[in-house]
Amino acid sequence: MAAIIDIDHLSKQYGSGTKALDDVTLTIDEGEIIALLGPNGAGKTTLISIICGLVTPTGGTVRVGGHDIRTDWRAARKLIGLVPQEIALEPFEKVINCVRFTRGLYGMPPNEAYIERILRALALWDKRDAATRELSGGMKRRVLIAKALSHEPKVLFLDEPTAGVDVALRREMWEVVGDLRREGVTIILTTHYLEEAEEMADRIGVIAKGRLLLVKPTAELMGDFGKKTLAIDLDQPLAVIPDDLAGRGLTLAADGRRLSFEYDTRAERTGIARLLGDLAARGITVRDVSTRQSSLEDVFLSLVSEDAA
Amino acid sequence: MTGLNWPGIRAIFHHEMMRFFRTIWQSLASPVLSTVLYFVVFGAAIGGRIQSVEGVEYAAFIVPGLMMLTVLQQAVSNASFGIYFPKFSGTIYEYLVSPVGWIEVTMGFVGAAAAKAILIALVILLTSFAFVGVHILHPFWMVGFLVLSSVAFSLLGFIIGLWAKSFEQLQIVPMMVIMPLVFLGGAFYSASMLPPFWEGVAKLNPVLYLISGFRWSFFGLADVPVGVSLVAVGIMVIVCLAIIRRIFATGWRLRD
Repeated sequence: MAAIIDIDHLSKQYGSGTKALDDVTLTIDEGEIIALLGPNGAGKTTLISIICGLVTPTGGTVRVGGHDIRTDWRAARKLIGLVPQEIALEPFEKVINCVRFTRGLYGMPPNEAYIERILRALALWDKRDAATRELSGGMKRRVLIAKALSHEPKVLFLDEPTAGVDVALRREMWEVVGDLRREGVTIILTTHYLEEAEEMADRIGVIAKGRLLLVKPTAELMGDFGKKTLAIDLDQPLAVIPDDLAGRGLTLAADGRRLSFEYDTRAERTGIARLLGDLAARGITVRDVSTRQSSLEDVFLSLVSEDAA
Repeated sequence: MTGLNWPGIRAIFHHEMMRFFRTIWQSLASPVLSTVLYFVVFGAAIGGRIQSVEGVEYAAFIVPGLMMLTVLQQAVSNASFGIYFPKFSGTIYEYLVSPVGWIEVTMGFVGAAAAKAILIALVILLTSFAFVGVHILHPFWMVGFLVLSSVAFSLLGFIIGLWAKSFEQLQIVPMMVIMPLVFLGGAFYSASMLPPFWEGVAKLNPVLYLISGFRWSFFGLADVPVGVSLVAVGIMVIVCLAIIRRIFATGWRLRD
């Protein structure tokens, strides 16, 4: 797939000396969804703001669809839609007029059929004549998405799309992003919710202290760093782990009713079959087994701590 | 000018005008009421003592000044509110990330603010016909001065809106600067009626040149030569445009 965004050695240093972004290089392909993960102040929003034109970089270049964001900014910006972190809408304006306005601002001729399609896709058509101040928080966020899509952009930036919204609404947003992915829109999202990145993104970039620590396909990242834990619930509690089973990475819960076994999914032999056989041989009856994949949170924390070290 | 985003300018202009038309009666009622009051106080009460100024009936003499007073107030307040409100509501980001530059944003907001001011000024003129017979000697120049003054003060209002950080700041310049300049700019009298020293001081007031030129288009009377008035408005437009361009280039009070 062709690159739609090409970020080359991008930096942003404020007058105070603070480095908000430090030598970031990243290529994003057309049609992919990439999630930028990082703690508050990591530089995620700065990166998005530079690409969209809200912040001026102090070094490096960005090209969107081959257009430099500084020298060919009109062409570059036409390709971009931005859904900001904060809900910002004209309170007295009708939903449909807000969307029409943004389309006009981007130099696009009126297209009522297209506007109807995006409002219907975002379940806003019935609210098209409502003033934005009358809408719920979730609807307002969808209006922001409709505005960002109004000029048919090739790239959509979602800055913390589900920050501060409830679980149901978060699911709703994920569905909207899924629909956009099917339409071939390239999406760059920032999030605090690691589950969100894991759920939606094709690739994940980890940012901390203005530096892009790594970018990998989500599955590969999970494979590289992901460990699985097998939880074995026992029929009868154990006082201690039998001596001959010690040294296999087993831990026993305080109540003696659960053994946990950490294993590497990529290993040729995980050791699960042997362990279960050994338990049975010792007359230890297993009541239930379950597995847990280490979350991106674990991955993220391990990366950030490695970088700090 | 072919590189400009004309649909973008049209979108901003249309958006601003729609806001005006949503509250059309409030927008018109206040200036019309003020004009009626000015006619009652200045035209009837004071006009009874000052029969005429340089051969023009006093009630008619104040019409250009009244129109200019309204134009300047409306131009400044409409343009300053127009650009301040997106800053206040947070929607300013849209203007900064879309393919519109400072020229398009200025043309959209200032064009709409000037159009509103001109519309209201024409309503004031129509209202004044109910009180006094006004003959316009140079209608073409009258429209020209009206448009130039509206644009110049809309540009000033736009700068105030860019500068303001609060609604209080938005109000303070029109109240503390524009109103005194208009009152001291000969809206209700001729500068030649002042003692020589104060006449000299009055000529430092840029608004005097606007009112003088505007009044000339009505009655052929001017405190300063018409060419000087035109140059003064032209300089104001150029200076304001240079300031706006600089604000957008640096992002001062607009972006991080």
